[in-house]
Amino acid sequence: MERILFGDNQFFAVNHISDEKSMAQSIRFKEDAAIIKTLDVARNNGINTFMCTTHDRIERICAIIRSNAVKYEQYNLYPCLPYAHKYANSITENGVLGTFQKFVPGNMVGSLLKGGMAVLSRDYIDLMELMIDSELKMFKGLHTPVIFLQNVVTDLLLGLRMTDFLVGFHRYIKIKYNAEAGFITMNMPMLLDVLESAGIRQPIICTSINKAGFRMSGGMALYEKVLQEDRARIIAMQILAGGAVPVSEAIEYVSSLPGISSLLFGASSKTNIEETVSYIHHFDQMYTVPQKMPIYA
Amino acid sequence: MIKVAVVGAGKMGISHLAILGANPRVEVVGVCDSSKIILDALYRYGHFPCFTDFNKMLEQAEPDAVVVAVPTKYHATMVRDVLKRGLHVFVEKPFCLHVKEEIELVAMAKQLKLVNQVGYHNKFLGTFKEVKKILDDNGIGEVYHFHGQSYGPVVLQPKQGSWRSKPTEGGGCLMDYASHVIDLINYLIAPITRVDSSRLQKIFSVDVEDAVYAMVALENGVSGMLSVNWSDETYRKMSTSVTIIGKNGKIIVDANECKIFFKSKEVPEGYSQGWNTRYLTDFTPTVQFYLRGEEYTAQLDYFLECIETNTATKVNSFNSAAQTDKAILLIKEKQ
Repeated sequence: MERILFGDNQFFAVNHISDEKSMAQSIRFKEDAAIIKTLDVARNNGINTFMCTTHDRIERICAIIRSNAVKYEQYNLYPCLPYAHKYANSITENGVLGTFQKFVPGNMVGSLLKGGMAVLSRDYIDLMELMIDSELKMFKGLHTPVIFLQNVVTDLLLGLRMTDFLVGFHRYIKIKYNAEAGFITMNMPMLLDVLESAGIRQPIICTSINKAGFRMSGGMALYEKVLQEDRARIIAMQILAGGAVPVSEAIEYVSSLPGISSLLFGASSKTNIEETVSYIHHFDQMYTVPQKMPIYA
Repeated sequence: MIKVAVVGAGKMGISHLAILGANPRVEVVGVCDSSKIILDALYRYGHFPCFTDFNKMLEQAEPDAVVVAVPTKYHATMVRDVLKRGLHVFVEKPFCLHVKEEIELVAMAKQLKLVNQVGYHNKFLGTFKEVKKILDDNGIGEVYHFHGQSYGPVVLQPKQGSWRSKPTEGGGCLMDYASHVIDLINYLIAPITRVDSSRLQKIFSVDVEDAVYAMVALENGVSGMLSVNWSDETYRKMSTSVTIIGKNGKIIVDANECKIFFKSKEVPEGYSQGWNTRYLTDFTPTVQFYLRGEEYTAQLDYFLECIETNTATKVNSFNSAAQTDKAILLIKEKQ
């Protein structure tokens, strides 16, 4: 994994701090060309990994990347699935079952329903695998060395203690996509304990880490303690805490922590991208960057 | 250890179940749902005792408290059953379909001294809590007008869906969406007691409204407008905001930020004259487990705390949710 990863929230009106900014972003990135232009600015600043949700529009971005094979030869995409709002809104409209029926290809759900309690437990993992395949179709032929499970699903499974699905995801990504599974979570210490007890060592975990302690469930002290123990390959996200911490202070904090492999951030403007990258380089030089095993040669 | 059972494993029930499942103070003693596919998955992969019969669960699981997250039309019956057994209850919003049922349940919970709470989670969001504090301290002077809005992308095309599209089961934008903003107005300023005009508009749905517009007045005489639309796809997810205008200032607040204008130099601590912007990050205490928003964990923590300390809920009690339902009824009647 590279030290700096580029995120996609800004492209899809995801702003944790302001609905107004969300709308402004939505207008700004209406055209795919605007997204590509921003990705290219990030690439020019040495960021060759784009971590993106399986949003409908990413399909078009993937097509552009695919058709410019030479330009994007070294470019990595880290898909994060599923795009949860698509399902959440559908559940409100169609119910849980209706949503399965809408999104799962074939008549898998129908046969599950008919079988009722008698179905083999394997079927649910199959269902998950079908949904993974359907979400990942858009990335066909592109470099996707790490594939993430979105936090809403990771954390839901964590709370329900349905560890089999987390393990199933980890296993399936490896055998079907020859990639590493990653988990996005707002509950890193708890998730890490659960993954380790299920036999998953040094998992890739993307989680909120910031100087404000925002969305660090269980508290900053616990996170800092776990980071010291070097038990996972950690990607820090929400490093700016949605703007609550000034950029330089925010980056100094994450750079100074041990046990963080990569930093994820998203920005819309050239100036913000350049500024953030230069701060990361500056503080990484000041504090020694932990050397972690690379995921692929 | 508080023993909790959950009935209804739909969108909200599953979310409550996960939050309770991650809470070391809680033992989830049962989950009950009528959907085989969901219950089967919970049974095979989860670690909670599963039931198909609600009363059997109450009998066998012996919970201290029950979370009721079934379609609204079943709320009254189930809540009554839970209270009768002397158990504390957290029920999803909206509370009930009929005012008569609510009066009975409010009285019952009070008489039996049972903790009762309804899932209007916005009140556990830092931004709205901060605004409540400022208003209670008379921070923007005498309030004279407000505008409550809620928009989101739920029904975007003409077709029939779940119980949420059936008016007799508590479906529709008024019950499902507008209830949040009505409840917030009731909480932040004063209860809505009069509706001057209202329009429930069908956009894509056949049987229920997709938008609600209303001119309303509060118990304290303040007037305002409600504008709610769940067929607005320019929003990525539900977005609720309230603008409150007072003689000494103005507040614009949503789940993420509050923008407050103070006319004079007399301001609450930490603020200054003119515009002030504060973000959710400024007011959000860390929770032990996060799923979809701190407020979902915070509201259940509060419920559990009230049980542990044997105190009545001050926020989101049956009584306050019944007031919200009364306003819903007034809006329905006026159109």
